[in-house]
Amino acid sequence: MGKIFAPVTYAVGREKVREYAHAVGETNPLHLDVEAARAAGHRDVVAPPMFAVVYCAQSIFPALFDPEVGLDFARMVHGAQEFAWGPLVVAGDEITTECEHTGVAERPGLRLFTFETRSVNQDGERVCTGTWTNIVREEG
Amino acid sequence: MEAGDTLPELAVTPDKYLTYRYAGASGDFNPIHIDEEFARSVGLPGRILHGLWSMAQVARAQTEAAGGPERLKRLSVQFRGMGVPEVELVVTSTVRELRDGVAVVDTEAKQGDTRVVRRGEAEIAVS
Repeated sequence: MGKIFAPVTYAVGREKVREYAHAVGETNPLHLDVEAARAAGHRDVVAPPMFAVVYCAQSIFPALFDPEVGLDFARMVHGAQEFAWGPLVVAGDEITTECEHTGVAERPGLRLFTFETRSVNQDGERVCTGTWTNIVREEG
Repeated sequence: MEAGDTLPELAVTPDKYLTYRYAGASGDFNPIHIDEEFARSVGLPGRILHGLWSMAQVARAQTEAAGGPERLKRLSVQFRGMGVPEVELVVTSTVRELRDGVAVVDTEAKQGDTRVVRRGEAEIAVS
């Protein structure tokens, strides 16, 4: 509890942003078209807000599997999710994310595991704070 | 935007292969999303949608209504019913209140009567 995992840095690539934007059905040219993004004053294509799941992945996944956390992944479902966003993330940014295991709550037949991710860009600005709640059903 | 306003509905039908594309785009290859046989072996009706893809549709409904990605400041949701491919997902959103240039929006996503995302709460900058 309270364990903080080593921060992981993710380099945001233009084609990854576009791939993600297509997969979630984004049509805003800011996410797809470099010229449109530049015309709007951005250095490169803009990551959709929910792209946070991509730059957080290498921080949150090891935490879910950490033996000290003790989460039975096979019985886990994603219960709730919150993101709070700061400045936009654009292709070319380097996002460093730290993950903390913030708690385990007991409910009848269930355990709720919560994690917080804190993501900053190369200028030290907080671009995203994530709260991840995973539910594990008790056996039997 | 004012309290009580309904934001434009977002309707999208994930095609048969969406979960594979989203797995690749997001890096989430949990077999419940991409392996029909495995999904059924753990008691699911078949492959299910990624919850975070459905949450991304809720986010998109907000950014499209608000006029851009920079306007979405916060989004929290709960995941409930299992989303499935090839069924229309509809996101509905209603402004609950306005405070300090921020609209607080109640939002959810349903497939038919199944609430895939419930108790969504978004904060959108409206100044």
